[in-house]
Amino acid sequence: MFAAAALPATAGAFALSHQCPPSFENREGHCRLQTVYQRYTSLNDAGVGGLKTGLPPVRDGFTPEQIDLGRYLFFDPALSRTGKVACASCHRPSRGFADDRPGVGVTGTAERRKAPSLWNVAFLRRFFWDGRAHSLEEQLKGPLYGAQEMGNRPARLLTTLNGMTAYRALFAEAFTDTGGGIRSDHVYQALAAFESSLISLNSRYDLYAHGVADALSPPEVEGLNVFRSFVARCAECHTPPLFTNQQIAVIGMPEPKGRPFDPGAGAISGEPTLRGGFKVPSLRNVALTAPYGHAGQFATLRDTVAFYTGGRGHAVPSGEKLQLHWHIWEPKLSAGELDRLVDFLDALTDESFRPTAPTGVPSGLPIPN
Amino acid sequence: MNKQCLVTSVIVAALAAGSGYLYARRQAAPAPTTAAESTAATLAHVQGGAAAHLSSLPGTGGSHGSVITVKDGDSIQDAVARAKPGDTVQILPGTYRQTVYIDKDDIALVGVIRGADWPTFDGEGKRNDAVLYSGNGVRVENLKIVNFKGNAIMGQAGNNFVIRHNWIANAGVYGIFPEFAQNGLIEYNVLTGIEDAAIYVGMSDNIHVAHNEVYGNVAGIEIENSRHAVVEHNLATDNAAGILTFVTPGLPIKTTFDVIIRNNFVVANNHKNFAAVGSIVSGAPSGSGIIIMAAADVIVENNMIRDNKNAGIIVSDHKSFANITPDPETDPNPERIQVLHNLFANNGYEPMKEIRALMAVNLTREGPDLVGVGGGAGSCIADRDSLKILGVVTSWGVCTRTSTADVTNYLLDKPAPPREISTGERGKLIYSSVCAGCHAYNVRMIGPPTQILQVMYAANPQGIADYIAAPVKKRDDFPAMPPQAHLSPELRLAVAQYMLSVNQPKPAPAAP
Repeated sequence: MFAAAALPATAGAFALSHQCPPSFENREGHCRLQTVYQRYTSLNDAGVGGLKTGLPPVRDGFTPEQIDLGRYLFFDPALSRTGKVACASCHRPSRGFADDRPGVGVTGTAERRKAPSLWNVAFLRRFFWDGRAHSLEEQLKGPLYGAQEMGNRPARLLTTLNGMTAYRALFAEAFTDTGGGIRSDHVYQALAAFESSLISLNSRYDLYAHGVADALSPPEVEGLNVFRSFVARCAECHTPPLFTNQQIAVIGMPEPKGRPFDPGAGAISGEPTLRGGFKVPSLRNVALTAPYGHAGQFATLRDTVAFYTGGRGHAVPSGEKLQLHWHIWEPKLSAGELDRLVDFLDALTDESFRPTAPTGVPSGLPIPN
Repeated sequence: MNKQCLVTSVIVAALAAGSGYLYARRQAAPAPTTAAESTAATLAHVQGGAAAHLSSLPGTGGSHGSVITVKDGDSIQDAVARAKPGDTVQILPGTYRQTVYIDKDDIALVGVIRGADWPTFDGEGKRNDAVLYSGNGVRVENLKIVNFKGNAIMGQAGNNFVIRHNWIANAGVYGIFPEFAQNGLIEYNVLTGIEDAAIYVGMSDNIHVAHNEVYGNVAGIEIENSRHAVVEHNLATDNAAGILTFVTPGLPIKTTFDVIIRNNFVVANNHKNFAAVGSIVSGAPSGSGIIIMAAADVIVENNMIRDNKNAGIIVSDHKSFANITPDPETDPNPERIQVLHNLFANNGYEPMKEIRALMAVNLTREGPDLVGVGGGAGSCIADRDSLKILGVVTSWGVCTRTSTADVTNYLLDKPAPPREISTGERGKLIYSSVCAGCHAYNVRMIGPPTQILQVMYAANPQGIADYIAAPVKKRDDFPAMPPQAHLSPELRLAVAQYMLSVNQPKPAPAAP
């Protein structure tokens, strides 16, 4: 929405917003994050702790034009081999920028893992469920060029974009060095700029953290206390303020019925004790991102929290020897406590800064819904 | 009676030491009759008196506010809700079947002990934690805490804390567990029956753990992924392992260094290890006095380490320890460990099989006072000839340092400071991070654009500040604004002033 209204009235023309998105301050042409969490410190600047704890280092400083160009690219199916799949097809804005329907890639085949939410990715140091990428630019090449996802190739993508007058003009506005044409790094940077602008830090939980004691209802506070207690231990890995400690953890979630075991981070490092390990996801906006788990194996949050009280290793397939994380144990949470956890997780929802989809994209292709 | 007497009596008892002392202490509450009835006056005395240099910790709760008294049958949480920073919640003897959380700064939770009657938190085996806090400057004192499932006292990111003179039994996984904290004091507590570490300092800096008694736990005291900690004058006995300092992999803060373990009694830690399956301490072998795993710059000095059946001190890397998943971002080796003069007696009389194998290789039948396994460099030992040593320790050099007397403690001289942000700067943060979501500068979003509000309220920031406290719906074509009454009047004015200044030309600098 922040850019849509800045569109000129001329039909068919595209222009880039010169305003930074909400929660960013335009400092000499670069958008710098502004959040109340900047009032707080964090031990060793690690960005993990309790309620009034500073955030991890943020990726910001993109220009408003790069961010808005990234928005057009994000919604444009011209980035895929078939012209039918956009980033937004799987990272659906209305679903917390995650996916709720596998198999929308160019081949129609279901990916084995669920597309993670993009909210607050500006704070992350690891990407993909198995943590194999270390920057947004490195990550986004995965789906762009993945055969089952967008199925494109670098040269083909550049030919497509350079062949469109509108994109040539927009890239020339967002970058100073497009004289030789649009390059891959321009595309990656614009997409990373847009993704880094997706900030969700104004939930009712945040208001509570900033000191407004009645921002959470009594059942939600009860849920917070279960969440951070050392019985449930949720906060040990889903650590505030981002609700992830960004580590890899082996917790032994089941695969969807009939699917083979996913070795996760173990397949990347070759380290046997990381077999079945996945990156701890942030829980911000989690109520919007059903289904849950690395493969979307749980339909609801209630089912998901119940997994943790089902017994250590209860879903590990026979024959698999996993070194389960030490925090996976037998917390014996009551049904009421599980309900309260879900109440609390609902209080982490904030999409007040959700950008809207453009009404049209420079390729002229229909935007996938 | 005041706190000073209590402190003195504990020290005298500790000096008397010996098995008789241990036996006696296990039978009874920690010096219950000497504790004073706490009043604001004696609290102030505690702050400035007793073990003065440690107890002062300026900035902790209760030092300057009013006292809210809670009696048996009352809700402590209601009192905490009423308390303002600086206040003391004073808890009279009684049984409190409650969980208390403190999400504000500078609050003291202080029990009143009358004779043998303690204010007792009873989890009845079904509550998770007794005290949870996230505020800075929290103080928890004089409480008896029993029968919880999780922790007795757990802090997340609360700096400048004091946890003192609590009596904790069968209170779950950890007894006292500050995490992500800077600058804290844990002293004169007694803990037993904890199924992991009785005192567990996790991912914290500048911590002092002194004069505590820990017995009958899986681990007595653990300093994990933490820096600048002193553990001194504690009694760790009858645990599976006495005092531990670890780098545990897979945590977001990756190091442990500058830890001093000195002047402790580490005696007969031969309890069965009853930790939960899969926990890190379930890999700690029963009968271990001190375990150092993958930590750096740890100094062990002047401890009485005796009758630990497996070994007096174990120094290990990650690979040699059970249950450890390696982490490429951590150094898996112990580095620069210094074992200065300590008193060792009768350790290693019934060692685990890995140590027995080392003994066989070294053709000795004596179990070790000090054993080292795995990698690491720069470690040293002061008096190798008088110790039974085993493993890589045989290649350690001789320490050049002779004592840690130069380090009184690693606490900060002043409280860990909050990040100072002026009211004006806070106004800007709130405008940018909250208001601008609806009021973009020149674009219609959910509310009217800032540009239009600047015309409407030119030179009238107070008008905005008053309006946003209790907004009324003004325009049919816009939704009503949510009230911002939770912001103080000063902050509302600062937000308004910033809103009116956005994108406005800066006033010309004043003439010199």
